[in-house]
Amino acid sequence: MDWVADFWIPVIKAVVVVLALLVAGAYMTWGERKICSRFQVRYGPNMAGPFGILQPLADAVKAIFKEEIVPSHVDKVLYLMGPGISFAAVLITFAVIPFGPEVDLFGKQVGLWIGDVNVGLLYLLAIAGLGSYGIVLGGWSSNNKYSLLGALRATAQMISYELPLGLSLLGVVLIVGSLNLRQIVEYQGNWPLIALQPVGFLLFLIAILAESNRSPFDLPETENELISGFMTEYGGIKFALYFIAEYTAMVVNSAIVATLFLGGWKWPAVLSDLHPLVGVALFLAKVLFVLFLYVWIRASTPRVRYDKFMRFCWKFMVPLALINLAVTAVVVALV
Amino acid sequence: MVRDSLIGFWHILRSMGLTLRYFFSKPVTVQYPKEPVQLYPRFRGRHLLRRYEDGPYKGLERCIGCSLCAAYCPTQCIYVHAGENKDGLQRSPGERHAEIYEINLLRCMFCGYCEEACPTGAIVLRREFALADYSRESLIYTQDLLLQPAQPNAIILDDGTPREEMGL
Repeated sequence: MDWVADFWIPVIKAVVVVLALLVAGAYMTWGERKICSRFQVRYGPNMAGPFGILQPLADAVKAIFKEEIVPSHVDKVLYLMGPGISFAAVLITFAVIPFGPEVDLFGKQVGLWIGDVNVGLLYLLAIAGLGSYGIVLGGWSSNNKYSLLGALRATAQMISYELPLGLSLLGVVLIVGSLNLRQIVEYQGNWPLIALQPVGFLLFLIAILAESNRSPFDLPETENELISGFMTEYGGIKFALYFIAEYTAMVVNSAIVATLFLGGWKWPAVLSDLHPLVGVALFLAKVLFVLFLYVWIRASTPRVRYDKFMRFCWKFMVPLALINLAVTAVVVALV
Repeated sequence: MVRDSLIGFWHILRSMGLTLRYFFSKPVTVQYPKEPVQLYPRFRGRHLLRRYEDGPYKGLERCIGCSLCAAYCPTQCIYVHAGENKDGLQRSPGERHAEIYEINLLRCMFCGYCEEACPTGAIVLRREFALADYSRESLIYTQDLLLQPAQPNAIILDDGTPREEMGL
């Protein structure tokens, strides 16, 4: 067994990626507050360090030093597992996303991805479904009517958005002819798939807003009707874990959008062929753009009513995704 | 159905365009302890009990202890106890003056009705607004404090030195 190639390199890659994701998730909370406040003609956090850059640290310290309260009426095991499941599901999603080409590091060929899985897309969809378990179990085990309603909404919402989410990706699969995310990225050297699949891109973007419980589809946690829904009974670091899971999920979902539709690290090939790190920078720029889009949408749209969201999912997105799939299939078959 | 969704899509795009316009505008926030706040001409801040500045009563308190301000006060934060003016110890023109005059600033909502009710123009609201303190007792302002002229509001500069700003 080649210890360096088979053990140490994957372990180091995994640790670096997990740490980077944690930092990215923490800083997404800062970024959102900052961007959102600019949309609202405010400054946002600007006291902790220059531009409030230390705000996530301050928030983390505050959350850790809060008293750990487990309410007496909760199902303790599930209550404690809830945030962990949410968080873990988000972290392992990133495992199949390639964030750069193969690079020459200290004389070793290292691929800038953790797992090169043949069914990467399928893996993404499967894990995306897992994340909802954290929310559902957390809401249910809280033994509180608001939390339960939040959890119920999360389940119903999951069933509704998973369908258009999967269907909108089938167009990509048909065009590339592979479920491997690396091959999907390699395919987009000349054209990002958003040019070939604009409808699929829009559907996926909307579905992924719902998947990460983001405004305008943040129905499980609606703070004004369900007082934060499934998070009502959580405090301190457990709440912070849910919170950071949501923001890390935003980062990961943006990475998925960037990989599948915006060309990942490959497009435009003229730039990414210059140096592997330019490719990584391209990927990061695309992720940041999608994250900005997330906040932009949140700042612009009111929350959708629950039944309207259901209707929108089943009566609009699913048929549109099916039409998109049929048209793509015909075009792919003819060309 | 299709028409509705297209219209909805257009509306969302328009709203996003609107928010993007605001994204590139300068924030309206005033960084208060570091920057001065713009006070409006009729701003109502801390109360002041006035004295006559000139004329036959120069130096005497204007307050005659009539308690009209206390009667008019919506939050009942004013307490007035009147006393007789003794010969040789004239505190206000006429027979009576305010023996005790207290305003509970924690209760006061700075509506300015006391100012309106006062027949002698003794109580007025000036522009001092930085009134924070550490105890409830110290925010019950007594007559001595209310007779003090209002302090100019200070802002704190980056090097930590206060600078007086925002006129009275």
